[in-house]
Amino acid sequence: MSEAPLLEVSSIVKTYRVAGVGPFARKNARPALAGVSFSMQQGRSFGVVGESGSGKSTLARIALALDKPDSGVVRLQGHSLFDLPRRELRAARAHMQMVFQDPYGSLDPRQRVEKIVAEPLAALGGAGRAERRARVQASLEAVGLKASDALKHPHEFSGGQRQRIAIARALITRPRLVVADEPVSALDVSVQAQTLNLMSDLEREAGVTFLLISHDLAVVAHICETTAVMYRGRIVEIGETDALFAHPAHPYTRELVDATPRLDQPTRAPLAPANGGPEIAKGCPYASRCAFARPLCREDAPALEAKGDGSRKVACHYPLD
Amino acid sequence: MLLEVAELAVDLMTPGGSRRVVDRTSFSLDEGESLGVVGESGSGKTMTALALMGLTPEGARVSGSILFEGRELIGLSEEAMQQLRGDRIAMIFQEPMTALNPLHKVGAQVAEPLVLHRGLTERDARGRAVDLLERVRLAEPERAARSYPFALSGGERQRAMIAMAIGCSPRLIIADEPTTALDVTVQARILALIDGLRSESKMAILLVSHDLAVIAGHCDRVIVMYAGVIMESGPVQVVLHQPRNPYTLALLEARARPGAPRRARLKTIPGAPPAAHERSVGCPFAGRCALTVDRCWTTPPPEVGFGANHVSRCHRAGEVGFGR
Repeated sequence: MSEAPLLEVSSIVKTYRVAGVGPFARKNARPALAGVSFSMQQGRSFGVVGESGSGKSTLARIALALDKPDSGVVRLQGHSLFDLPRRELRAARAHMQMVFQDPYGSLDPRQRVEKIVAEPLAALGGAGRAERRARVQASLEAVGLKASDALKHPHEFSGGQRQRIAIARALITRPRLVVADEPVSALDVSVQAQTLNLMSDLEREAGVTFLLISHDLAVVAHICETTAVMYRGRIVEIGETDALFAHPAHPYTRELVDATPRLDQPTRAPLAPANGGPEIAKGCPYASRCAFARPLCREDAPALEAKGDGSRKVACHYPLD
Repeated sequence: MLLEVAELAVDLMTPGGSRRVVDRTSFSLDEGESLGVVGESGSGKTMTALALMGLTPEGARVSGSILFEGRELIGLSEEAMQQLRGDRIAMIFQEPMTALNPLHKVGAQVAEPLVLHRGLTERDARGRAVDLLERVRLAEPERAARSYPFALSGGERQRAMIAMAIGCSPRLIIADEPTTALDVTVQARILALIDGLRSESKMAILLVSHDLAVIAGHCDRVIVMYAGVIMESGPVQVVLHQPRNPYTLALLEARARPGAPRRARLKTIPGAPPAAHERSVGCPFAGRCALTVDRCWTTPPPEVGFGANHVSRCHRAGEVGFGR
């Protein structure tokens, strides 16, 4: 019998009501997520890339049941999170934790590291004092900090160390899934390297699988076996990470790859801004910006469909070779 | 030479005493040239840029020499600096809202330097502002001119700020992390725009960035700063492909690279940069550097030349290289 996926996200739709520009503008309902589905296997970290407004952070919140979708299902190891009674949802949360981008904003400056790191335990009904202390110590040591750091306050640490504290907090419940939303983008290069090495160690040694959300393709490629590319609330391409970035099938994935700065060649881009265009009710959401769009693209929204041997799916009428 | 900076130093007054945040910094910039300044936080790269604009924080002491178009800027009155800023030298920031006033329409703000420095009438300046917004490729320049900054996207605001910066045809643009807050696709387009403007009007650009790859693609030369000191400088392709300073090499090797094996160990730099008051008399990178020897702690490293203006400040520069 095959094991249930670690995380299974099915047909998630989430709409936020956003105010238009100007005092009398109408409020528009804009779908943040327009039917997103994917599944993650234990031990195979999963990356989500896309630009701001693509819905990737909304997806992270819903995957952790921090936010409710309008419709759709999230299953953690086969259990549907939104159907669980509150107590069981809390227990399920022990298996999944989150690390945020900003190691400054996400740690309470008035609390000692010990209290910060132990916080997820309290949400689970707590642990005895001795056990709590032992687990804080183990968590700090797992991220390369010292047990004695438990008594310090966040301001006594560098940015990279603070991100380690945030990761130690996520690890304390021994989760199988850690959702990391831009965990290294606020860090200097040398500190990024330490954090990425730590994430690799945790995958190998602590059995953590990451759902990594990032705008940085190199960071995602470093950690994740599989990657999904999101554009305006939809997955437009998904597949094995290295193949995806080496041979993008969706024109938007190609735009992302071409725009990523590289040491060996300048990026190529048009001088004009990308014409995001107004939200159109029908057709491909990328059509107004796509260099390859044909009439069909403006009429009919392409579904996410398997291409080639099936390891890749792409939502495009005319995928690139 | 458009800009010649010699032995520039910036000291900040703090409750703990005076702190040197930029030290012994010398570089120059030719007409139409693009110079990248790269470094991690605390390297002094932003303070160097602010010193050029005469915008260092209150109480900072700036010494050395900054010759711009043959004129010494250090010691110039605030009034004289104001005449240069926005006219001969302009600045682009990471966050456009530091330059744009949220309460005024974009067109009026782009027009303002033209009234101030060029003596245009309000009416003429407004017309010219629309041309400038078109020049930075905003899709509907008239509409953008009538908009308030909040009505524009992040990328559009960045373009509006660039329009404001180029209005008086400055000879030097100082861009401090101009695309760091933007999506990569927007970043690529803004950098392409800046490249295009530079080749059209022969402006020089000083591009400050933490991202080696951004500098690699858009600069002729680069200076690598660490703890307030220029560790290495030279033609960008030479420095990034044949670095002669252990710090440059460490920065390059710490990067996650597309195409590298998954979860390959990234090289890290042990320790943390020294705080301004902890620096030894020797090399600021001593102790974190794998090549550290006794004299690194006690003697400031010499500048070692490698031809074609490639200079490394290191006692052991001759031994540095990939794969050693």
